[in-house]
Amino acid sequence: MSHHIVEVKDLRHVYPDGTEALRGVSFRITHGESVAVIGANGAGKSTLLLHLNGYLATSQGSIRIGDFPLTAATLPEIRRTVGMVFQDPDDQLFMPTVFDDVAFGPLNLGLTGDEVEERVHGALARVGAGHLRDKPPYRLSGGEKKRVAIATVLAMSPDILVMDEPTSGLDPFARRQLMGLLKNFHHTKIFTSHDLDMVLELCERTIVLHEGEVRADGPTLDIFRDEALLAACRLEKPFAMQGCPVCGKPFPPVSRR
Amino acid sequence: MASIAGAVNDFRQLDLLAAGDTVVHRLDARAKVLVTLAFILAVVSLGKYELAALFPFFLYPAVIMALGNLPVRQIAGKILVVLPFALMVGMFNPLFDQTVLVRLGPLGISGGWLSLASILVRATLTVGAALILVAVTGFPAICHALDQLGMPRIFTVQLLFLYRYLFVLTEEGGRTARARELRAFGKKGLGWRTYGSLLSQLLLRTWLRAERIHLAMLARGFTGEFHPRRTTRFGTRDFLFLAGWSGVFLFFRLVNVSQLLGTIVTGGRG
Repeated sequence: MSHHIVEVKDLRHVYPDGTEALRGVSFRITHGESVAVIGANGAGKSTLLLHLNGYLATSQGSIRIGDFPLTAATLPEIRRTVGMVFQDPDDQLFMPTVFDDVAFGPLNLGLTGDEVEERVHGALARVGAGHLRDKPPYRLSGGEKKRVAIATVLAMSPDILVMDEPTSGLDPFARRQLMGLLKNFHHTKIFTSHDLDMVLELCERTIVLHEGEVRADGPTLDIFRDEALLAACRLEKPFAMQGCPVCGKPFPPVSRR
Repeated sequence: MASIAGAVNDFRQLDLLAAGDTVVHRLDARAKVLVTLAFILAVVSLGKYELAALFPFFLYPAVIMALGNLPVRQIAGKILVVLPFALMVGMFNPLFDQTVLVRLGPLGISGGWLSLASILVRATLTVGAALILVAVTGFPAICHALDQLGMPRIFTVQLLFLYRYLFVLTEEGGRTARARELRAFGKKGLGWRTYGSLLSQLLLRTWLRAERIHLAMLARGFTGEFHPRRTTRFGTRDFLFLAGWSGVFLFFRLVNVSQLLGTIVTGGRG
């Protein structure tokens, strides 16, 4: 199924003020992969994500999502294919109730009546938020908001799920719950995060951005074992791979859970 | 800032009442919006000295509050907040208008006092009716009703966004104000100048948020068209509610019921 592929070739982006945010980024993500994009603040992660559904126009280079190159003509189809969940759920939930919000995408796709009802019901059930459907967004907790924000995107049945900092601002329980949820999605997944332990658990592949360039791209475990690389990119090993905080002994080798 | 946050919190509580499930709550929002409009028109269109004719209108808020199971104290408290503004509008009337219109034994009441009282009563009635409308309908449903009644969609969408982000904005404003307060050490900070930059910060942040929201909308296929979801039915019950109350208001408007009652009680000697 070629339509789950994300291919970025020599992508450059210069902001109007002259800041070079991306300087020739290339990668190819294939069907069903779960990929983390990590890097220091200002490394270009958010700029990269904003390109993936065509919100920012490329200064140079090209992007292909599935069978389509990203152009003005293919934009509507690409925005349906790439479901994007933003960091601050308050930006994503703008309708009066949870139901209205989840229905917003399907209604824009031209669905009506029962179809919309079905989509909303299904999406909310998948994130375990069916009981929240009639609540206004400002009455939800942080974890609930995040789950509903994911539902708003799932309701459009995207093939590719892109999430900016999925676990930021969540309490440990809500974070764990969300990670369990994400693990069960079989979409192609692209996450940006500073939560490297989450990356270790959810993503088999990691792309490290540094000053607008791809510094490394490979299996997550290999990348986290390369201490020189991590230090050069203002990163460090996930806590699960660091030593015991009490005795200082290294943990036994991490096996993929 | 604290008082603004408080006011928004009050609004939130009012909106919570809208989740109720009574006869009044179940009525179509359009019927309630139209009845409220008719009520306000009838009350406002009475002459400025017709104080007595206003009192029968209290029947409407009383009935709706009883049927809608609304807490009278809470609503009354919110009306009290608005009354000082009405008082300001009419406070000079007694000075300018000293013609005596009514005599109660030795006491002469001037037109100014009458019109001041009528302004206050009218403010109580109209503000009360608006608050009751929100409490038995809910803000989003009111917007939806206005949309169905033909208000241009751009306005209803504006209202909905205003409502959604009012809470986010006040929280953000509250946080900024707290940050200032904590470092002002009880002084006024740099006075008005800090408030200037504080407000501009808030404006810029609002702007950025608006851009992010637009982005979120685009990401979900928004093309400039809003699709209303609910298809509500305007039934017989709603029609009766609308026609009944409109009739009552028309009657109150045309016949001075207070006077009529007085005439009946005193046997026509008044």
